[in-house]
Amino acid sequence: MEHPVDRRDSRLVLSHIIFAYIAMLLGGIAGLLQGLVRGGMIELPAGIGYYQLLTAHGVLMALVFTTFFIIGFLYSTAVKTLGGKLLPVARNLGWLGFIHMAFGTLLATVMILLNKATVLYTFYAPMQASPFFYVALVFIVVGSWMSGFGLFYQYKVWRREHKGKLSPLLAFMAIVTMLLWQIATIGVALEVLLQLIPWSFGWVETVNVMLSRTLFWYFGHPLVYFWLLPAYMCWYVMIPKIIGGKIFSDALARLSFILFLLFSIPVGFHHQLMEPGISPFWKYLQVVLTFMVVIPSLMTAFSLFATFEISGREKGGRGLFGWWKLLPWKDVRFFAPFVGMLVFIPAGAGGLINASNQMNAVVHNTLWVTGHFHLTVATSVALTFFGITYWLVPAMSGRTLTARMNKLGIIQTILWAIGMFFMSGSMHTVGLFGSPRRTAYTTYGDHPDAVLWMPYHVAMAIGGTILFIAVLLMIYNLFALMRTPQGYTEYPIAEVTEHAESTPPLLERWGVWISLVVVLILLAYTVPVMEMLQHDVPGSKGFVTW
Amino acid sequence: MHIHKLEKIWLTFGIAMLIVFLVVLGVATFSMGMAPPSHSHAIDPEQIENTPPFDEPGLKQVGENEYEAVMIAYTFGYKPNDLTVPVGATVHFKVTSPDVVHGFAIPNTNVNMMIVPGEVNHITYTFDEAGEYLVLCNEYCGGGHEFMRTVITVQ
Ligand code: HEM
Ligand SMILES: [Cu+2]
Ligand SMILES: [Cu+2]
Repeated sequence: MEHPVDRRDSRLVLSHIIFAYIAMLLGGIAGLLQGLVRGGMIELPAGIGYYQLLTAHGVLMALVFTTFFIIGFLYSTAVKTLGGKLLPVARNLGWLGFIHMAFGTLLATVMILLNKATVLYTFYAPMQASPFFYVALVFIVVGSWMSGFGLFYQYKVWRREHKGKLSPLLAFMAIVTMLLWQIATIGVALEVLLQLIPWSFGWVETVNVMLSRTLFWYFGHPLVYFWLLPAYMCWYVMIPKIIGGKIFSDALARLSFILFLLFSIPVGFHHQLMEPGISPFWKYLQVVLTFMVVIPSLMTAFSLFATFEISGREKGGRGLFGWWKLLPWKDVRFFAPFVGMLVFIPAGAGGLINASNQMNAVVHNTLWVTGHFHLTVATSVALTFFGITYWLVPAMSGRTLTARMNKLGIIQTILWAIGMFFMSGSMHTVGLFGSPRRTAYTTYGDHPDAVLWMPYHVAMAIGGTILFIAVLLMIYNLFALMRTPQGYTEYPIAEVTEHAESTPPLLERWGVWISLVVVLILLAYTVPVMEMLQHDVPGSKGFVTW
Repeated sequence: MHIHKLEKIWLTFGIAMLIVFLVVLGVATFSMGMAPPSHSHAIDPEQIENTPPFDEPGLKQVGENEYEAVMIAYTFGYKPNDLTVPVGATVHFKVTSPDVVHGFAIPNTNVNMMIVPGEVNHITYTFDEAGEYLVLCNEYCGGGHEFMRTVITVQ
């Protein structure tokens, strides 16, 4: 049996996980209310605005829940694969990061509640929030950098002590994920520090709107890969172990992570396809780069199904699909992430539509898009994170995953899937009819088009209510997991099959990959950003329109 | 690095599809004139009222059943409100914003563009069927965002 996790390390990991779930609970309350408002079922009690809730929901779910969970999870992989415990420097940086991010979250939440920052989680200029909202964002981002440096430090020391050895796959993936985050957040940091903070404090009068949007989306797209890669870590490395199989290929797993690193950053314009001020050539170039992530996605799908099939056949599964039945359907550690994977198939297909130059016009800023990312991040990623929680929390706190908790986990997964089916399904449909996202209840003066949308909005609200029950159950599960009997829970890390080829050391030559990322970013952004800077568009003053 | 034979087939097929798809998109964008709205045309958002053609927003006939609609998207409405055009009219929309970012979308058509202050965005659409077309703002622009709408009557 492995030695138990150092209490100081498990405390760091669990603090991140618990903080993440509290954010999810608060975000879930906002989500529930949004659904009910849009369905025309309730009116918000005086004082609370729809867009205030929506800002809280976006910030707490997309920025806080994900980032805290991911950093906690990545630190646990460092504990497990890079020497058995955190080095003091790494642990201290982890805490420093946690404190900064937690403070930033609190400050941002207060500003949102005070109605001083009702600018949604994308905070597009020239809507101008209180400067303290932007300061709060700086705390969150800078905190996450500190945590990232802690991870990098742990990894560097490990490599120094294991000269010439390949790093553990899980650690490698954690480093790619964090590197992606660090490079991506540079964009939003520049936007906030150089543009929004000086402007909102009144030190400068105007802001370059197109530049701020471009810097935001330079960050905004890789952000979604920052959510996805930790889920892929679970799919590549943990799921094979849970189903009693092996990793199909170490080299291909690493290669696909490197490809995600390369092709997820220089692509932000696909969020700005409908905007003036960027020429069609540069939009198209970035669309092409966007589609490059299809390659590592196909590789991932192949490896996963190969793993399932090989392990099913080893257990005696026969025929084309006999192995399917032998998968551990009753094990929540497998079931929750697996449902996430299945959902990723329609979700990915929808993503291709969104990013296509022309088809985007049909769906841009409609509820279709909201439906899309409730499948990707709020289902594929979230269910995988839930699946991780069922073993991570007991493994970190020296407890057991009981049969009862396993069962509650399965129920939670099914509830989530049902709620999401209704909510996301109706968002997709009504989005195709043109119902806009980010819009409080309205029938546009009873225009017949908008009246037709209403039944779908009601279905969306019902789905959202089921989802909210699933959120509550997940919160219960989290705290119940910290009260199960003491004992041992495995931290599942699969081995690579004997048949796999050895991994080329080139994949761990960070200098090469980082330089390539920089080249791609310069290629995709230099000319259009220069155009924006030289363009004679006058800047915009700030507006408070809520 | 060795790659499994089946995986090679899978990836080759996938990448080939990808290339075909991107070529189609590229051809449609650049040789069939289907590029998304992208024009770069600067304007001072504070001087819109004094800058032609936005000093006189409205509908202007520019050809046989062809019109130019000069519009301002502001918090929380469009100027002019309620346009009327004949069936079959081709309308070239030119829209800008004096304040924050807005949307300009007509459900059930491909008209969908962002209105960014400092820029003028353009889109063209031919209204082949009669009806009351809803124009709505689909980018959050403030507390009254859900009221931001107008109607184009085609008769
Ligand atoms: C109880 C579960 C949930 C419910 C009921 C819910 C409901 C909603 C609704 C109704 C909207 C759209 C509002 C609009 O556009 O007018 C929305 C937006 C959004 N949701 Fe959720 N959601 C839930 C969970 C999640 C989760 C788990 C995540 C991510 C991890 C998430 C991320 C988002 C994001 C990023 C937006 C967009 C915010 C914006 O447009 O500014 N949601 N949600
Ligand atoms: Cu994107
Ligand atoms: Cu609006």
